[in-house]
Amino acid sequence: MISENIIPLFVAIPLAGAFLTVLFKRIKGIPDTLGVMASAGAFALSILFVLKMEIGQRIIYNVGNWGGFQEVLGKIVGIQLVVDGLTTFMLVTVNLIAFLVAVYSISYMTRYTEKWQFYSLFLLMLAGMNGVLITGDMFNLFVFVEIASLASYALVAFGTEKRELEASFKYAVMGGIASLLILLGVIFLYSNTGTLNMGNMAKILDSSEEPVLIYLVFGLFLAGFGLKAAIIPFHAWLPDAHPSAPAPISAMLSGVLIKALGVYTLVRVFYCVFGFPEQVSSIFMTLGALSMIIAVLLALKQWDMKRLLAYHSISQIGYIILGFGIGSHLGIMGGLLHLFNHSVFKSLLFLNAGSLEYATGTRNLKEMGGLTKQMPVTSWTTLSASMSISGVPPFAGFWSKLIIILACIERGLWFYAIIAVLASILTLASFMKVTRYAFLGDIRKKLRNVVEVPVPMRIVMIILAIMCIFGGVLLLPGVRQGFLDQAVEVLSGVRGV
Amino acid sequence: MSKEHEHGMTVIVKTVTRLTVGLIFLYGIYIILHGHLTPGGGFAGGVIIALSFMNLDLAFGGSVSAKVFSKGSTGVVEALGAVMFLALALIGLRYGGFFDNFLHPDGDPGQLVSAGIIPLENIAISLKVGAGLFGIFLTLIVLQKFESEKK
Repeated sequence: MISENIIPLFVAIPLAGAFLTVLFKRIKGIPDTLGVMASAGAFALSILFVLKMEIGQRIIYNVGNWGGFQEVLGKIVGIQLVVDGLTTFMLVTVNLIAFLVAVYSISYMTRYTEKWQFYSLFLLMLAGMNGVLITGDMFNLFVFVEIASLASYALVAFGTEKRELEASFKYAVMGGIASLLILLGVIFLYSNTGTLNMGNMAKILDSSEEPVLIYLVFGLFLAGFGLKAAIIPFHAWLPDAHPSAPAPISAMLSGVLIKALGVYTLVRVFYCVFGFPEQVSSIFMTLGALSMIIAVLLALKQWDMKRLLAYHSISQIGYIILGFGIGSHLGIMGGLLHLFNHSVFKSLLFLNAGSLEYATGTRNLKEMGGLTKQMPVTSWTTLSASMSISGVPPFAGFWSKLIIILACIERGLWFYAIIAVLASILTLASFMKVTRYAFLGDIRKKLRNVVEVPVPMRIVMIILAIMCIFGGVLLLPGVRQGFLDQAVEVLSGVRGV
Repeated sequence: MSKEHEHGMTVIVKTVTRLTVGLIFLYGIYIILHGHLTPGGGFAGGVIIALSFMNLDLAFGGSVSAKVFSKGSTGVVEALGAVMFLALALIGLRYGGFFDNFLHPDGDPGQLVSAGIIPLENIAISLKVGAGLFGIFLTLIVLQKFESEKK
């Protein structure tokens, strides 16, 4: 058994780290230490949950310990925190990447002034994301989405150059619209069901005959959370916002933020509250397929490395949404596994781009070339992440894409399967371009003196690269049961498949 | 004329401000301390306290309030408020849960000292909100000065 008092610590630890960083900003080394320690603490706790949770277990925690007042007239009024298989899966993903990014930032962020502001905002964003994952209350979900988003707006503008401020403003406007739509959806749901607790809500919606209002809420949530997840009609802010942030933050934004605030919330709300109706399934699949193919076509012609990666984020989110849209056991499993894999390889790719920028001072692929000799670690880790994102066997990305494609074929959705394969080939093409222009060929004269990045950055990249190569291990029977299967169980149990 | 009158608004505004600023400040404290009994609370009270400082700047011009409450210290007070809020919530873990009201769980309606940790949380929120809002105000002033100097 596991003590339920640990659950609120997922929010409390990063939050305490964020504010203590502000208090002790003048002491040298404190921001780094607190940033790494707080994210490491949250990661350790999430691992503890994976190890100690029994299969199918769901831990519910009442905030404030209201005793007899927790339930009024059969409806739960206090805030509940809920941890189940899906939550632990996401907690591990988010906190793992956050911890590695925090370590990477120790060296990388020396390029910027006011490091304490960075770590403070970073931990606030982590607290918001962890909050989104553990909450079982609709309005609480909205609040945590806002905390994470607001911190990310500030982080995108961290460089305070003209371009970064513009991207941040655009991001803030789009994020604000998304939050408004989500809030409106929550209001309609509350007026319809009389409760904010997700479990209660699901029961009430299940027993009532579908009112028209629910379809309005579907639309609002699809647009709102879709904007946060940047699936294709709602993607316009992402290619500006993600490249403008400092590289570790790009890794966090593309690696985990769009998944925690967008994909996870979409899946949690549509599966666990609405019971995943058939219409939503086809919308998910269509949007997923559109995202996959359009974003990868847009990525092909990019020369700014981080912008190219940002377009690929949209494309890969398409795969994940397609997997969840299919809704079969296999589809959900593929979606979740790809979500984890994408977190790993996309954060690695952004960290690679950061290392290249750190060493050469440019992000433009045309100005690089022949860097393999000077930067062997960056070169090889980029290669492994590129192979993983393109779905080359036996790298991690291959397995998750394979499962998603198999799930399409299992349902007879040949069209989607073909699009998935095509998008994968185009991904490979665009990453061959990255490898060719950045690392192969002759070295340029002005890049002769380039040296490999500092050791902490190298270690982080190597760890992530190893996870890219051996990510398929998660599918082995012994490993799968504790981690992946538990999360799949939560979602597939909803539809009885 | 004394040096005091070189900046800011007219003597009338300055005199009125001098008389009312203390009252506004006190009213903010009243709102915070009665947060659990009457409408208002930490957020509203914190905003009112921040406004009393802003009034000084508006009436006397420039950086009068910054001498009392500098931009650096607003950051510290703000973080202290947040840490205090979180610490109270975490102490609750020892007594039964996150945000457990361990001091006075039941409360007496209408009594000032009755709601356990809720007034303390209100004070923490007021520190956070008041200092945060005033910090934003000071930042805007600095920004404006910077821009007018550039011109």
